[in-house]
Amino acid sequence: MTDTSASGSVLLTHEVGLHARPSVKLTKLAKAHAARIELAASEAGPWIDAKSIVKVMATKAPKGTVLHFRAAGPDAAAAVEALIGLVERDFDEAVPNAASV
Amino acid sequence: MPPPSDLAGRPAAPGLAIGPVVRPAAPVAARRSSDDPMQETDDLLTAIEMAIADLTALAVIAGDEGAAILEFQVAMLEDEALREFAITSITAGSAADAAWRQAVDVQIAGYEEGEEYFQARIADLVDLRDRVLGHLAGTAGDAPPLPGAVLVAEDLTPSRFLATDWSAGGAIALAAGSPTSHVAMLARSRGVPMVVGLGPAILDRGTEAIVDGSAGTVCLDPPAAAKDEFRRRQAAAEAMDRVVEATIREPAVTRDGVPVAVLINLADPAELDRIDPAICDGVGLVRTEFLFHGGGLPDEERQVAAYTRIVAWAHGRPVTIRTLDAGGDKPIPGLTVEGESNPFLGTRGIRLSLARPGPFRIQLRALARAAVHGPLKIMVPMVTVPAEMDAARQMLDEAVAELAAAGIPARRPPLGMMVEVPAAALAVDRFGADFLSIGSNDLTQYVTAAARDTGAVADLADPGNPAVLRLIAEVAAAGARQGIEVSLCGDMAGDPAFVPALLQAGLRSLSVAPAAIARTKATVAAVDLGA
Repeated sequence: MTDTSASGSVLLTHEVGLHARPSVKLTKLAKAHAARIELAASEAGPWIDAKSIVKVMATKAPKGTVLHFRAAGPDAAAAVEALIGLVERDFDEAVPNAASV
Repeated sequence: MPPPSDLAGRPAAPGLAIGPVVRPAAPVAARRSSDDPMQETDDLLTAIEMAIADLTALAVIAGDEGAAILEFQVAMLEDEALREFAITSITAGSAADAAWRQAVDVQIAGYEEGEEYFQARIADLVDLRDRVLGHLAGTAGDAPPLPGAVLVAEDLTPSRFLATDWSAGGAIALAAGSPTSHVAMLARSRGVPMVVGLGPAILDRGTEAIVDGSAGTVCLDPPAAAKDEFRRRQAAAEAMDRVVEATIREPAVTRDGVPVAVLINLADPAELDRIDPAICDGVGLVRTEFLFHGGGLPDEERQVAAYTRIVAWAHGRPVTIRTLDAGGDKPIPGLTVEGESNPFLGTRGIRLSLARPGPFRIQLRALARAAVHGPLKIMVPMVTVPAEMDAARQMLDEAVAELAAAGIPARRPPLGMMVEVPAAALAVDRFGADFLSIGSNDLTQYVTAAARDTGAVADLADPGNPAVLRLIAEVAAAGARQGIEVSLCGDMAGDPAFVPALLQAGLRSLSVAPAAIARTKATVAAVDLGA
């Protein structure tokens, strides 16, 4: 396997930001990948381990933050794509009667 | 008897309750350190594993919402970062309990500076901290409080809430706490009255309390007059509940006797567990995007099971299932087209389904198979030209023929269209649809050319715009001329400000969020159409 690196960013649109349930989902998804994955609330860092819920919650990222991801490892590109997808889908939290009709 | 005292705090969960005051003891059991860092580390890791096992067992009986909260605590306990911090302190000479307390308290200190939402998570951290400390000291699992008691504490942990039997009533009165805490969310969904921010005065005295979760007040050691007042208000509240309880199952009828169908919108079948089908006239919209949230495309069997479950729940009432409405603001990795400059005007809804016919064909097969179990109807989103309906109809007919040829039980459901593109709304008679459902959110955004997710133009995206209402009236009239059913399933259907105008426009079927059913029926009952 060859190690690759990937990065990307996404706008956090969840109403209360990166809170408990989204953080659980984000770290679980990160842990499902072999790559080392880091997250930052600003391009300049600080970069933190996206597999640690303690550290992800400690960013206290509010709604409107641009989350940056970077990954290194065999599945780096897939990891970044999956994490960005999760944030874009608002962490799959179904909101009844949301504006989707 | 001590003098009565009224305390004011912040409402966290509505409702009224009286009961004996119970103050859960804080876990402050002493523990003797082994003075051996290896032993202390082992003890800590064992206590953490036991805490995880407790929470996992509690999650089984906690219901979906409670389980999600406990899952957060389990994730924190499993995190290497928290353990490593404590083990570093142990290696430097700390006892296991002191090291663990310090490790969690550092996190708590970080949350204290954040916004209220993050401050509210402190109760979760205290919960998991004390659970591990309890296992270290060998005192975990103290007796749950009496049923019907008023729990009084500085703050309350989610696991204690979930371990408490609320079936006999009871309430929560906290000196600190927050309306956005996990306990407050649980209290609202279980109907347990709760007041927070009452200050330290509540911790010291009082053996009985009346809790008014709506007003945010607590009366300690209430005098007879206060108890009489409580009983009078409780009787009135129960009478009101009985009225809502009785009328929510009644069909909606305007004041002048015109019946109106009120259906529910469904985003996730898991919601059905908490809804009595008798409160609605069916399901007016099932969003099937939930099937795609797990990642990957769901296979036919999984879809058949999901649709059949909804049809079975509805017990003979109609269920309208919308085919996949991906794209726009709902991208699905690996399916939707990436990099479009304007996704709302791009490859979404039926446009995507026809561009990627594989997943669409599987969905049509699954819907036709589920339709043997009840009155299922298929609705196609984002239809713009009649050719799209023709293509969908042909694919559905082929799917049904294939199933019949293979000897698989299936039925050809009615095929209707979602009316949300102005080009369709203005010429709806040309599409040959079996029924129409107006998607007022998207229709409003396309008629006003104002994106619903752009705050600066949100005022323009007004469903009350006369042009939108006029278009809705035309669609209702066109449906009546063709003799086909027309309903509306956007947010405005559940908004009391718009319901009268929608009925005046000729609509007799509204599909709303489950929580808006009672309100919508009450609004309908107040309308007079002069019939």
